[in-house]
Amino acid sequence: MASHSEEVVVNVIPADKAKIAKLWKTAGILLVITIIEFIIAFTISAGPFKTAVFIGLTIVKAAYIVGEFMHLRYEVKVLFWSILIPLVFVVWMLVAFIYEGVHVGLVRF
Amino acid sequence: MASTSAATAPGRSVWDGGVSPMGASYGKLMMWFFLLSDAFTFSALLITYGMVRSSHKAYEGAIEAFTFSDKYWPVPEKVFEAVPFLHGVALPLVFVGIMTFILIMSSVTMVLAVEAGHRMDRAAVEKWMLWTIVGGICFLSCQAWEWSHFIHGRGDGIGASLVQNEYGPRDFAAFFFFITGFHGFHVFSGVCFNFLVYFNTVMGVYERRGHYEMIEKVGLYWHFVDLVWVFVFTFFYLV
Repeated sequence: MASHSEEVVVNVIPADKAKIAKLWKTAGILLVITIIEFIIAFTISAGPFKTAVFIGLTIVKAAYIVGEFMHLRYEVKVLFWSILIPLVFVVWMLVAFIYEGVHVGLVRF
Repeated sequence: MASTSAATAPGRSVWDGGVSPMGASYGKLMMWFFLLSDAFTFSALLITYGMVRSSHKAYEGAIEAFTFSDKYWPVPEKVFEAVPFLHGVALPLVFVGIMTFILIMSSVTMVLAVEAGHRMDRAAVEKWMLWTIVGGICFLSCQAWEWSHFIHGRGDGIGASLVQNEYGPRDFAAFFFFITGFHGFHVFSGVCFNFLVYFNTVMGVYERRGHYEMIEKVGLYWHFVDLVWVFVFTFFYLV
């Protein structure tokens, strides 16, 4: 197979240092946020404030993964919004079900 | 080529055919929409977890005085505090922190493989794909250990199954198995896909094809698996 006649001549483009540095920087940000979450888990007492901080940090991490690693930030705007807008339904589902859950709890206990 | 002229011709829009209005190939686009639907599946699982949890009583009291009971939902940092080779030492959330680190790192190596693919650098693609596969296998191994420990319990209880568990209400273990299991299955299939594209790279398939877009598509899937873990980590282990 290796000595097959259809050998392809490939021009390898040299690596762009700045681009790679940016990817490592994104990874660094993700790790730092995770460490911050880890610290918060043991320093702030449980409650709505702690939950809100965690959700906020999670969304920041998600934005970095989807935006930088999955490259969505740099895609055409139509694609960007086609992915983001349907997620509104998730927000609705979250609000509706947590509201429901709290009330189920009130009835049960 | 013809794409710009077709799109800018009088009376025609980019949606009239001949061009890609979203600037992405069919395969990549379908991967995006598949991931969107998968995001809904995971949202449903995690939100159901939230609903059932909020319908149970929360533990109120000092963290130090916490004991396991099916009367209230357990505090996650009390459940997940074991680390391999350190039996009996309470290290809350350390192991799951290590797992998070592994998955984030494998996401970086994946994006480096995609970057190398853009440059047609076959050797670099092979190197970074291999690291990504190693990361995925490490994560799965960690999860196998975690499941085993969760099922067998801390040694003085009944362990955990779908019927009963020593940590709290029955639903707690059920959600643990379903959510981390469904995610773990995604990681497993991701490792299989990663191996497939690694194999094709080694065989020179993409070099002959002239582009490494398959790495990009599988990369999207792999990053999504990492993304889901970020949410599982927050809502299952932290909150």
